[in-house]
Amino acid sequence: MSDSILVIGGGFSGITAAVEAAEMGYDVYLVEKESYLGGRVAQLNKYFPKLCPPTCGLEMNFKRIKTNPRITFYTLADVESVSGGPGNFNVTIKVKPRGTTPQCTNCKAGEAAAKTEVPDEFNFGLSTRKPIYMPHPMAYPNQCVLDTENAAPDEIEAIKAAMPAGHIDTSQSEETVNLNVGAIIVATGWKPYDPNKITNLKFSEYENVITNMMMERLASPSGPTGGKVLRPSDNEEPKSVGFVQCAGSRDVNHLGFCSYICCMATLKQITYLKEQNPDIECYVFYIDIRSPGRKYENFYKKVKEMDKVHFIKGKVADILPGSAPGSVKLVAEDTIGGGKKEQEVDLAVLATGMQPVGAESKIPGIEYDADGFVVPKEGIIPCGCAMRPIDVVSSGQSATAAALKAVQTIARRAG
Amino acid sequence: MSKKIGLYIYTGDGIADAIDVDKLIELATGELGVAVAKKHDDLYSQDGLSMIKADIESEELNAIAVAGLSFRYDFEGLKFPGVYTEMVGIRELVAWSHKVPEDAEDPEKEKEHIQELAEDYIRMAVTRCQKAELPTPDKMEDASERVLVIGGGVSGLTAALAAADAGKDVLLVEKQPELGGFAAKLRKQVPVGPTYDNLIDPVVDDLIQKVQSNSKIVVKTNTEIARIAGVPGAFRVSLKETGTKSEWDAPVPLTEEEKLDENGNELSAEEQKKKYDEKNEGRHEYTEVDPNAEICGAVVLASGWKPYEPEEGEFEHLAWGNPNVITNVQFEELAKEGKVKRPSDGKEVKSVAFVLSPGGKDDDADFPYAGAVTSLVALKQAKYIREDYPEDGKAYVFYQHMRTPGQYEYFYRGLQDDPGVFLTKGAVTKVEPSGDGLKVTVENTILGEDIDVDVDLVVLATGMVPTTKDEPVVNFAYRQGPAFRDLDLFGGYCDSNFICFPYETRRTGVYAAGGVRRTMTIEEAMEDATGAALKAIQSVVAAEEGHAVHPRTWDFDYPDFYFQRCTQCKRCTEECPFGALDDDEKGTPKPNPTRCRRCGTCMGACPERIIGFKDYNIDIVGSMIKAIEVPDDDDDKLRMICFACENDAYPALEMAARKGLTWSPLVRIIPVRCLGSVNVSWIKDAMSSGLDGALLLGCKFGDDYQCHFIKGSELANRRMDNVAESLNSLGMEPERVKLEQVAIDEYDKLPQIINDFVEEIIGMGPNPFKGW
Repeated sequence: MSDSILVIGGGFSGITAAVEAAEMGYDVYLVEKESYLGGRVAQLNKYFPKLCPPTCGLEMNFKRIKTNPRITFYTLADVESVSGGPGNFNVTIKVKPRGTTPQCTNCKAGEAAAKTEVPDEFNFGLSTRKPIYMPHPMAYPNQCVLDTENAAPDEIEAIKAAMPAGHIDTSQSEETVNLNVGAIIVATGWKPYDPNKITNLKFSEYENVITNMMMERLASPSGPTGGKVLRPSDNEEPKSVGFVQCAGSRDVNHLGFCSYICCMATLKQITYLKEQNPDIECYVFYIDIRSPGRKYENFYKKVKEMDKVHFIKGKVADILPGSAPGSVKLVAEDTIGGGKKEQEVDLAVLATGMQPVGAESKIPGIEYDADGFVVPKEGIIPCGCAMRPIDVVSSGQSATAAALKAVQTIARRAG
Repeated sequence: MSKKIGLYIYTGDGIADAIDVDKLIELATGELGVAVAKKHDDLYSQDGLSMIKADIESEELNAIAVAGLSFRYDFEGLKFPGVYTEMVGIRELVAWSHKVPEDAEDPEKEKEHIQELAEDYIRMAVTRCQKAELPTPDKMEDASERVLVIGGGVSGLTAALAAADAGKDVLLVEKQPELGGFAAKLRKQVPVGPTYDNLIDPVVDDLIQKVQSNSKIVVKTNTEIARIAGVPGAFRVSLKETGTKSEWDAPVPLTEEEKLDENGNELSAEEQKKKYDEKNEGRHEYTEVDPNAEICGAVVLASGWKPYEPEEGEFEHLAWGNPNVITNVQFEELAKEGKVKRPSDGKEVKSVAFVLSPGGKDDDADFPYAGAVTSLVALKQAKYIREDYPEDGKAYVFYQHMRTPGQYEYFYRGLQDDPGVFLTKGAVTKVEPSGDGLKVTVENTILGEDIDVDVDLVVLATGMVPTTKDEPVVNFAYRQGPAFRDLDLFGGYCDSNFICFPYETRRTGVYAAGGVRRTMTIEEAMEDATGAALKAIQSVVAAEEGHAVHPRTWDFDYPDFYFQRCTQCKRCTEECPFGALDDDEKGTPKPNPTRCRRCGTCMGACPERIIGFKDYNIDIVGSMIKAIEVPDDDDDKLRMICFACENDAYPALEMAARKGLTWSPLVRIIPVRCLGSVNVSWIKDAMSSGLDGALLLGCKFGDDYQCHFIKGSELANRRMDNVAESLNSLGMEPERVKLEQVAIDEYDKLPQIINDFVEEIIGMGPNPFKGW
């Protein structure tokens, strides 16, 4: 029997669940597959509808983690298997080597010595990084990662030489950690639905068709363009942008459900563009604008009242080459005005939905529904977007609730 | 306690290239009198940390200053119990953010600037080590762990069960004679799991049964809160029968308007007191203790919502006022009784039009206080008609935007396959009597044409108004009044302002859940209530362990008041964002440590400078400022102080440095808990020490404030206006003090902000009082 709690996933929900449970007085293990905590929200420029930076809340939660001895976390770690039952789960975790040691001071010297440029996955390949790197400037833990797969052997030596002795350790190997825990919170989150699967939107054909998550990186001061939205083909500022809503969502051939956040994300991204250039033309092709509730409805209203923002009810069926170099033409059925509606834009943004991580990568011992969302069971508690597509506020609520459910699982067994 | 201080300087990462570290060590061991000062080129390695540890043991050090990486970094081996540790980030604040330009006319002079900057950071760090004490936790003994739940609807029932299931006693108070709230008035509920097609029986009956049979839960129906006094861990809750008056009803302070006479002049203290007494006649003072109060440790506010009731004449184009035009709540009541009968004549209702948006062609918003739940309820109610009349029942749902997020989309899709349910986007422009029924006109539909339909009944998908919109409900017996603050910012909802911290509250120990926060489905409300129950229990854990609740959960310190010098000015009690301070009998502030968030707003407010923390107080920061070396007669070496919010502006500065951005070496940065904690005496200290300007970097304020202590930066801004006035009266430029709002991600803008400020000060010339 164990009265500690495992949280799988170190994104917004997982971090929340971990700190909330630890601050109830329970020992918590937090397991994250990436090299940093923060998950998807770390990639966002701002939260809707307040337009505040996610790093602010992350910085606070990182401090809560740093200062709380009850939390042990693993990054670059995958849960291999889960067995046992409530109060007594056995969990096997594989922890990949980071290549640097805890005395790493995140010093930049190694980066300067490295030569290879690797597509930066944090920026969806819109920029490159070195094989020794910090995933992003605000990353926590603030300890570099050595990407041995993408570095030449002599390059690793050069990196090693440039850094203080002992900061690079190439002898690290994958470790197996076995944990016994009383309850498991599954906060494995989501990934953007693969736009290549929506073949009619031809994501792979046009450089200037990007996803909404790429837009977040372009708008972020820590992103590939320093916060200026430039179109990938020629690094020019777009004068018109088209948003393709429900790119994959509400579509039985892709994601049958509604991804909840994409309408609000598009409205938010319009504010990025308008801040950059009030004259920019924005076209939103939508089925319904899902901005429910007072705060979201007000935000929609605010954006709707901006100049040169056009909402067109219709689903984009095709994207064709535009007449100007690099431009594309969105072709949609206009369900109100009737007929086909065509709109040429400098840049098109696919509002791709959120697919639960469980759709493609399942943890043995955890049950998933047909969409890949986690099915709750006694002692196995999903939260955030592992459970259903929700926004950040609701994720915080569900993660906090999950922490209490985990505590209950343990308290019930303790009598 | 006298301090024996060790200073350790990291020389790696370019620090030794930028700074003459040996000179810093000389300064520390000489002028600053530290016991030990050492450098290390890999300070945070096992070797470096062992060196520190050995010194602590052999030299009996009780404070260390570690210069190199800032407090934002943590190293397991750098935690020494009983030793005050100050991490000062000279790597980012000096070495990385200040470079000698290649084309510098006088590189030696530039180097000198950087060296002096480093020296000042060492002086400030050592000063802090000399003055700061380790906190001693104020652990609350005999804290009550019992949770008060206000509201017996689905949220309250869930919160009660959640807390009981975690082992806590619960007192559940419901205003109505029965438990269940609106959830008990439903015929059916929207499905919550695969395959999302059939309506389910209301879950509330099961919740009520579980609550009533749970030995840990005491239920009091037909009961309201007269007042909640006390603190987390020891709230004193006075109850009363619903609708009655009680001598323990919480008194209500005078509004700002009530404090004025008919000419707009502020009434005298005596007159205000008289008016206050009249207003609260028959009620005990908020400071008085009800001996019969129930003791609870924390509170979940789940008082829910009430239906939006359109006024007479409202929604005229929708024929509101016609007996056959009803709200969704009224329809639910009819449906609960069986097959729906038409209000005007009792005829069986076989065709119903549901209207989701009232704005016709002008506005596509839903009804006020609507949400996804109002879309879902319309779909659910459409299904009732189909259940009642599978053959010829007809439901029309007219929407501008069908809001069925997440997996609720499956429920929506299921309805699309029902030939008796007619769903269309469109602007409902008119509802009018037609025959014995109603005619509904809809324009701009997705059918490309305008349509009319004749129906028996029209249902308006009206919203859910939070109970806190018109009354406080919680009824705090607090100095700052009975209600949550700034409810109007959130439309009367008792919601958090923070996206990432949905349970953040301005009254520690009291957490809202369910429809009182925003429109929610039953499923969401149950989850929310579970989370709120956790926060309630957790606030008592924090009281017992003696630390703050979010956002400074790691903080075991609490503010200390030197009451002998208090002038009862009440600024601290009025400005505390969390209402932590009450008045005692004499009008001096009564601290309530478990309500306190340790932001230091009271410390910043106090003109007598009598409030402080062990490791953060007026003397510590004032002394740090005075420790800055100010050249008297060198116009090239002006000195400016910068107070930076430690959670946002400070990390942003580090990011700027990391990105290779640089700023003027004339500015010394002091991280502060919150700009709200910045006392004007620090500005005076700076000016009287001959510093030339003060810059404050804090979070954005206004309606979408980002300050996690709510008002810190805004209050600081107001205080600095006063400072500017006093500077003016001394013949100094008021622009010498400036506040800028920056977010954590705006690091790219920071160097410019700092440099512009420096340029402005240089333009003004030296502080005229320099050298006095």
